[in-house]
Amino acid sequence: MTAVALEPVGTARAAFPRIPLMRVTAVELRKMFNTRSGFWLMASIVITSVLATAAVILFAPDDKLTYSTFGTAVGWPIAAILPLIAVLSVTSEWSQRSGLTTFTLVPHRSRVILAKAISAVGIGIVSMLVAFAVGAVGNVVGTAITGTPLIWDIAFLDVIYIVIGNVLGLLTGFMLGTLIRSSPGALAAYFVYTFLVPGLTGALEASQKSFADVRPWVDPGEAQAPLFLFDRALSAVQWAQIGVTGLVWLVIPMVIGLRLVMRSEIK
Amino acid sequence: MLILESLTKRYGDFTAVDDISFTARSGRVTGFLGPNGAGKSTTMRIMVGLTRPTSGSATISGRLFADLPNPGREVGVLLDASAQHAGRTGREILTIAQRTMGLPATRVGEMLELVSLTEAEAERRVGNYSLGMRQRLGIATALLGDPQVLILDEPANGLDPAGIRWMRDLLRGYANRGGTVLLSSHLIHEIEIVADDIVVIGNGRIVAQGTKEELLASPGTVVRAADLLDLELALGLHGHAATRSGDGALRTDADPELVGKVALEAGVALTELRAADGAGLEEMFLELTSDTSREGALA
Repeated sequence: MTAVALEPVGTARAAFPRIPLMRVTAVELRKMFNTRSGFWLMASIVITSVLATAAVILFAPDDKLTYSTFGTAVGWPIAAILPLIAVLSVTSEWSQRSGLTTFTLVPHRSRVILAKAISAVGIGIVSMLVAFAVGAVGNVVGTAITGTPLIWDIAFLDVIYIVIGNVLGLLTGFMLGTLIRSSPGALAAYFVYTFLVPGLTGALEASQKSFADVRPWVDPGEAQAPLFLFDRALSAVQWAQIGVTGLVWLVIPMVIGLRLVMRSEIK
Repeated sequence: MLILESLTKRYGDFTAVDDISFTARSGRVTGFLGPNGAGKSTTMRIMVGLTRPTSGSATISGRLFADLPNPGREVGVLLDASAQHAGRTGREILTIAQRTMGLPATRVGEMLELVSLTEAEAERRVGNYSLGMRQRLGIATALLGDPQVLILDEPANGLDPAGIRWMRDLLRGYANRGGTVLLSSHLIHEIEIVADDIVVIGNGRIVAQGTKEELLASPGTVVRAADLLDLELALGLHGHAATRSGDGALRTDADPELVGKVALEAGVALTELRAADGAGLEEMFLELTSDTSREGALA
């Protein structure tokens, strides 16, 4: 034995304060971007928004070179890609098995899941603001190139709508993540949800004209479509359609998914 | 201190963990030994709240794991070194844990140094790590919060001999500084070398537990003599059975002192007399688990 003083482990052991939700949220936000897949998803958002802006300048007829055209062109790819980040933020804890560490550092799973939800919604709002900023730059540059007048035809209400629509999309990804808890499975389900379901209901509408009135009550994509149209204020009926489809396709499966997340064994 | 009381976990008809009770004390390394599939990992997952027990409880310094306000500061956990996001760098994984626990950022560099991961290695993605490097990263994560208790599932897996020695010294030093260490292994020699206390588990049940000395003290003697037969008979007269081992020695349950006296009385010249050791714990391990392990039918 040497005479080196043996410093006891875990010195200064005052009672530790509980980990604040703010900190868990900041960590979960970081985790959405610090993986290879997270990085490339974010990079693809930037790339597609720039490509979309360029495409509008090149191909849109001059009279359509307005802010709403740019906003739609930039916003759409972002709205399609962001839910994937929400899906992966939940499923990777199981598929990549990082949950073994996450849920031992923060043993209350509800706090981790809440932090992920807050991060997902926050990203949804911020990214839409970025989309509008990119669209604004495109609008200024595009009209300067073509010499057409600058038209700012997006109202504040439109911005609110499109943010709501985007947050609903992110929560859908989030819901599929909690329900399926496997990256490939949840991603496949997301594509079924966003492309296959509208396709089927669209085909049904084409063959059965009477289905057209029913469709916005059963198809969440159809119900939410008016949010992205820069058209006019939504009617009470349209809000009710968003509410009904949201309850059936989002809230109920989310409640089931959250129960599974809380109870399932982390291996 | 880590206390398990009547811990049981059933999956349908299958009982993975069957009424397990033991205590891992501070200042000591407790080895959790058992063949693969014996229930070690399930027990450890229950301890840290990842799996709900069917009944019983596991407490850390008197509290349930889920009731610890900042668990990483009190319990260092390594359950599976491969359970990390392959797309993150080693440094990033430590940074996530450091931020969650609310530790200074300098702690990450200190831990990387402690487990001998170089700067270049820390910047690589974990998907490209060898198992040994993952184990080192896992140990770094477990030690990050300077906890009093360590729970490590098969930490020596994938380490090279130098790495195993390093791990052993690290855990020994940790216990000497008052820490509680619980480590599992299916390899007897690992446990034999590092542990102070040993809990042996087979088929979800504890089959033996005690200090290493208690478990290793298999009463008995190995003796060699010019005339083995005479000695065997003399021992038999004193009521001690003796069996010949293949290499010309005699094995008996009498202690060496008695064997010496018997040999003197019988006038048998001894060529060797010593307490039985050798296989020790290994023999016990195989014996204790032979009726429960997969190889049971052959044993």
